[in-house]
Amino acid sequence: MVRIGAFFVGLFFAGWLLVSFLMGAVAYVAEPPQPTVEHEFHLAPKHVSFSFEGPFGTYDRRQLQRGFQVFKEVCSACHSLKFVAFRDLEALGYNEAEVKAIAKQWAIKTPDVDPATGEMSTRDPVPADHFPKPFANNVAAAAANNNAIPPDLSLMTKARHHGSAYVYSLITGYRNQQGYRNEDGKELLKEFPDARTPEGLHFNPYFANLNLAMAPPLTADGQVTYGDGTKPTVDQMAQDVAAFLTWTAEPKLENRRRAGLATIVFLLIATGLAYMAYQNIWADKKKAA
Amino acid sequence: MSFPWAEHYTPKHPVMQWMDEKLPLPRLVYNAVGAGYPVPRNLNYFWNFGVLAGLALVIQIVTGIIMAMHYGANDLVAFATVEQTMRDVNSGWLMRYAHANGASFFFIVVYLHIFRGLFYGSYKAPREMVWLLGLVIFLLMMATAFMGYVLPWGQMSYWGAKVITGLFGAIPVVGEPIQTWLLGGFAPGNASLNRFFSLHFLLPFVIAGVIILHIWALHIPGSSNPTGVEVKGPQDTVPFHPYYTAKDGFGAGVFLILFSIMLFYAPNYLGHPDNYIEANPLSTPAHIVPEWYFWPFYAILRAFTVDFFFVPAKLLGVLAMFASILLLFFLPWLDNSPVRSGNYRPVFKKFFLILVIDVLILGYCGGAPAEEPYVMISQVAAAYYFAHFLIILPLISRFEKPLPLPGSITESVLHRHSIKGEQDALPGMGADPQPSNAG
Repeated sequence: MVRIGAFFVGLFFAGWLLVSFLMGAVAYVAEPPQPTVEHEFHLAPKHVSFSFEGPFGTYDRRQLQRGFQVFKEVCSACHSLKFVAFRDLEALGYNEAEVKAIAKQWAIKTPDVDPATGEMSTRDPVPADHFPKPFANNVAAAAANNNAIPPDLSLMTKARHHGSAYVYSLITGYRNQQGYRNEDGKELLKEFPDARTPEGLHFNPYFANLNLAMAPPLTADGQVTYGDGTKPTVDQMAQDVAAFLTWTAEPKLENRRRAGLATIVFLLIATGLAYMAYQNIWADKKKAA
Repeated sequence: MSFPWAEHYTPKHPVMQWMDEKLPLPRLVYNAVGAGYPVPRNLNYFWNFGVLAGLALVIQIVTGIIMAMHYGANDLVAFATVEQTMRDVNSGWLMRYAHANGASFFFIVVYLHIFRGLFYGSYKAPREMVWLLGLVIFLLMMATAFMGYVLPWGQMSYWGAKVITGLFGAIPVVGEPIQTWLLGGFAPGNASLNRFFSLHFLLPFVIAGVIILHIWALHIPGSSNPTGVEVKGPQDTVPFHPYYTAKDGFGAGVFLILFSIMLFYAPNYLGHPDNYIEANPLSTPAHIVPEWYFWPFYAILRAFTVDFFFVPAKLLGVLAMFASILLLFFLPWLDNSPVRSGNYRPVFKKFFLILVIDVLILGYCGGAPAEEPYVMISQVAAAYYFAHFLIILPLISRFEKPLPLPGSITESVLHRHSIKGEQDALPGMGADPQPSNAG
């Protein structure tokens, strides 16, 4: 009885799936899906190498400091970094006094309540504070940025596939859409005349829908002056800020890898011993009688 | 509830004797997973996964309780408290990544455990109840995992909750009220998050309870084995402790090594980047996908693209998705071949291999965007899935001619060792395989 019922249920589901398949296949052959402009022209992130790659990679503290400087002087005008506190900067190699100074001199002030009057006010950030947001709220952010809200950058490199390379590629990936061709030599505006980047947006093939609200943030070499003598080319600044944002997204990366190595070495020894114990206990049963 | 030759618990130390009189808990453990439980001597490594699933549950409960100490189940702060756990709590990152990857590893070992049962016919009489309770655990795990994925309140959390509760919306007439009732509102919100947290905390303990029933039901007939031939005498079994505790100890070590590699070196590999974006009801992700362990079922859900007369395709997909799991409850009665182990079922073995590949294909398609050719591939693969369990399996069990079974477990073990002994002896001149019939 169960088997007869099952047979008909199975016949129904399998049969209807095959009918759906045939209808789908006919539609697919009759009207093959048209490639979209994103499918043809969106690019995977560029290849770029960072010190923190691989199982034993670590952050390059000087690069993180340079990246922080780029964030401070360029990105922080529009982007928040709300999950990171000034005190966290000690991990970049700054000492307590330096962190205190960085917080105190930060261009954006921390919202507070005036202790005397109870009115809303602002004060200089202290190391315990998280980075203050550049806009009071999303409405203000949208109003100041052509209706696009600049996303928080704390987790950006974990919130995109191949995030570190993505940030680097996006910053250095702006192109002139006029005459832009992909690797196959297809010209975008000839293939998709309707895909012209709208007014106020910026063409960038590394962005998912190719049109990005953010204007190119790094436009010229030397936009930032590095204290450590590194030449601030656009490419260098983009790499540095991508490294910094990798740290903001995964500040415990080095702890994690160190703990992992110790754990795995311990487990390998323990498992080896467990294997020998297993063989030892079974020795009399494994022999042919 | 055990074989007559099972070893008896005899406490020697006066404290243990006193304990045994007042509360015979050590006796219970001894008989359940100690020397008092005789187990077939020929189990292979596929029999490790039950214990490993138990270990995975313990890891989830321990890391989960610690996570809960730092979590705020409120839609305004949930995302931030998870980030705070990752950044400011001592070893919080370890707890969080262990919990997230632990869920994946729990499913990996449970899927291997289920496939072990499917191949070796562990679901057949007299172990039907073990199988049914196992499926109950699997369903509870799916519910727990789904609700747990909502808690970080990222984009995939939010939209996953919306899509999955939306499945109930496909039910005619009462669908939408049910969806609203489940969510505590018209869309996922604070009420949904709170109830999901509450249930996500509760269900693992329900799972632990059903696991006790699962093991209880298992101990009545005793464990199955790779030959599928039942235990005939004391020579066929070894005490669970120390023989299988030692083997499980080694298995647990291998499991923990693989888990650690993932946890410490690729903790986000199995997750989705979108879940590091805070939930935003106004912005729909380009592709909403569940976690990898739901992909085969998600592929079945999306494979139905054509309405069946007055039944909408979406409802068909929902019914099929639930049916794809519920049909497993009928498996003991669908496959009535008297032979348990797939090793002695030549036709079954071939179709089983196709099923494994089919489920992997479904999984791949479920993770891919809902566009061609993935939809067409999942339609064919889903059709095979249903045909396999509901049509092919009952037919095989009727017409297949099984291979001859070994007379007993011991016979199969001795046969294997004597063959191995002869092979070993070939190159070496002095080796003597010493075959013997003694147990």
